[in-house]
Amino acid sequence: MSQGRSLALVSFVALAGLALCGPRPRFICTLRLPLLPPPPPGYTATVPGSAVTFEMAPVPPEDGSTGFWIGRTEVTWAEYDVFRADPQAKVRRADEPPPGADAITRPTPPYADESFGFGKDRLPVLSITHHAALEYTRWLARRTGLGYRLPTEKEWEWACRAGGDEKAVRDARAWTRDDAGERPHPVGTRAANALGLFDLVGNVAEWVHDGSDALYPQVAKGGSWADPAASAGCATRRVSDGSWNERDPQDPQSIWWHTDATFVGFRVVRPFETK
Amino acid sequence: MSDEHTSRRDFIRIGAAAGTALAAQGLHPMAVHAAGSDAIGVGLVGCGGRGRGATADAVKSSPGVRVVAIGDAFADRVAETRERLKELGEAGIVPEERTFVGLDAYQKVIATPGVNYVILATPPGFRPAHLEAAVAAGKHVFTEKPVAVDGTGIRSVLASYEAAKAKGLGIGAGTQRRHEQGYLEVMRRVRDGAIGDILAARAYWNQGSLWNKLRQPDWSDLEWQMRNWLYFTWLSGDHIVEQHVHNLDVVNWAMGTHPIRAVGMGGRQSRISPDYGHCFDHFAIDYEYPNGVHAMSMCRQIPDCENRVAETLVGTKGRSELDSGVRRYELLGPAAYKFTGTAANPYVQEHTDLIASIRNGEPSNELRAVAESTLTAIMGRMSAYTGKAVTWEQALNATEALMPANLAFGPMPVPPVPRPGQVS
Repeated sequence: MSQGRSLALVSFVALAGLALCGPRPRFICTLRLPLLPPPPPGYTATVPGSAVTFEMAPVPPEDGSTGFWIGRTEVTWAEYDVFRADPQAKVRRADEPPPGADAITRPTPPYADESFGFGKDRLPVLSITHHAALEYTRWLARRTGLGYRLPTEKEWEWACRAGGDEKAVRDARAWTRDDAGERPHPVGTRAANALGLFDLVGNVAEWVHDGSDALYPQVAKGGSWADPAASAGCATRRVSDGSWNERDPQDPQSIWWHTDATFVGFRVVRPFETK
Repeated sequence: MSDEHTSRRDFIRIGAAAGTALAAQGLHPMAVHAAGSDAIGVGLVGCGGRGRGATADAVKSSPGVRVVAIGDAFADRVAETRERLKELGEAGIVPEERTFVGLDAYQKVIATPGVNYVILATPPGFRPAHLEAAVAAGKHVFTEKPVAVDGTGIRSVLASYEAAKAKGLGIGAGTQRRHEQGYLEVMRRVRDGAIGDILAARAYWNQGSLWNKLRQPDWSDLEWQMRNWLYFTWLSGDHIVEQHVHNLDVVNWAMGTHPIRAVGMGGRQSRISPDYGHCFDHFAIDYEYPNGVHAMSMCRQIPDCENRVAETLVGTKGRSELDSGVRRYELLGPAAYKFTGTAANPYVQEHTDLIASIRNGEPSNELRAVAESTLTAIMGRMSAYTGKAVTWEQALNATEALMPANLAFGPMPVPPVPRPGQVS
């Protein structure tokens, strides 16, 4: 992994330079590069209340914006199930109103196998609602005191492009319908991109957040194991609708679990300037 | 039935010209027609999430369906349901005088003028009595699965099946895989011999734990049990009956018959708190079908274990793999086949099919099939609870009646957790 990290650091500096000085003559960029603050290192964190770990990698700022760390992998079932089992969060049923803004809620148990027979552990959490992903990040932020949240679509795409994932499919770094064997795979089992990030393209599409708390429409990025390789890339976006929950026979339908969206999961980000 | 049949024919006869005229006005011909003799008036018995969901599915499935009356044992559920059904628009508006509360609410729903399509969605222990009442009143029925929790209940349901058949009533069952196109395509091929003779089958519903409602101080024993009905055998039949019946129904469907004998095991490993009543959390059953064919069945509701909800059929020439969750509908072997089309939502389609059959004057009746699948599950449970082999006849003719006589809100002891080898 250390070789991967060195590569990621070199790429980080190069891309940060590119981001800041793209249109300027090269010598100015060369002069400006030393003025960049040193990139914060990536780090390994523990999911609160468990021994489960996850890794965060720095992404250089784009267009003078704040940089951020992003999960090196999609959030796994092992991580998500810690949240599901935390008694400090309140289980909120679909027929209960949202509690106060400060309250953290966690999922109801599903009336089905939430792993769809694919397995759990290092498999990416999947077929969960955008609301569920949001609540996970709120829970993680609350329990760690750090600024975890979902990426915006712009941040997600920048991490994808900055890592060179426009070539992810060509370089066989993406699980897509062409070679995934009709199933998602454990996270990080293909090569990482230049920033050390796995599976941004393919495996599961990833929820992004641009402010709306509606159950749908919401946006999932990058394509998935269920999409043809030709249509998976950094710009790929899929907009959710009621069909993602078509076979939930309850009224109200679950606010946590989708019945027909085994292709969607998520990863977390944390801006540099937050605690 | 004959009146509806005639009017349908008349409609078809004049349909070509009139339909064009109606279409020009932006009206669906069926919508106009359905306001007449083909109108479906839903009476909902059991105002939980599934009852509301099934009602919404029925309204969405076909034109000319509206909700007429609703009932439940508990007032809060009725009020909540009346409110939520308004989301269906005009079809979901239920005046207060057509809402009923109490253990006898089902009788009032069924007797409400305009109700001709009763949706039964209470805990399954009540189903035999509700089916009997709906059929006696001459109503079409959509009944959730399972349809009973013991042999006594099944005998009653089979009598209701015969009575419904004699009266020409339509009965649909909530075994929605039978209305899921991928299952239909695979099963048609299996029945046509695509995998040869079936030698064995496997059926699974292994998942985590389900919801539980914390007992409130003002709840009587009966109210607590009914609100946590999953965990009491007299209400749910245990999870092999309540949930795994779906997969066992697929196996019976493929076999074209029911098993003749079951040897099962099971127990209660993780849900040991009294909050979970006296039910098991895992079962494994060996079902014997005629001609030495066996089906292996397992179901579990324990968190953090290997999960799977699916059915496999093994034949002399190949096998089939069916998994509704991931929409896997596949035949392997020389007659390999895979259904990959987009299909209608089976929870809506089951109402589309039932209502179409009623309107066509040839009402479908799925009650016998779902009763047999329910008894299949009951037979497995009986074997697991006792540790003894149980035959179909023993299960069907068992005199045990789990539903308490003279049910009333008040004290109700929880039966002990069954101990195999020590229970008869």
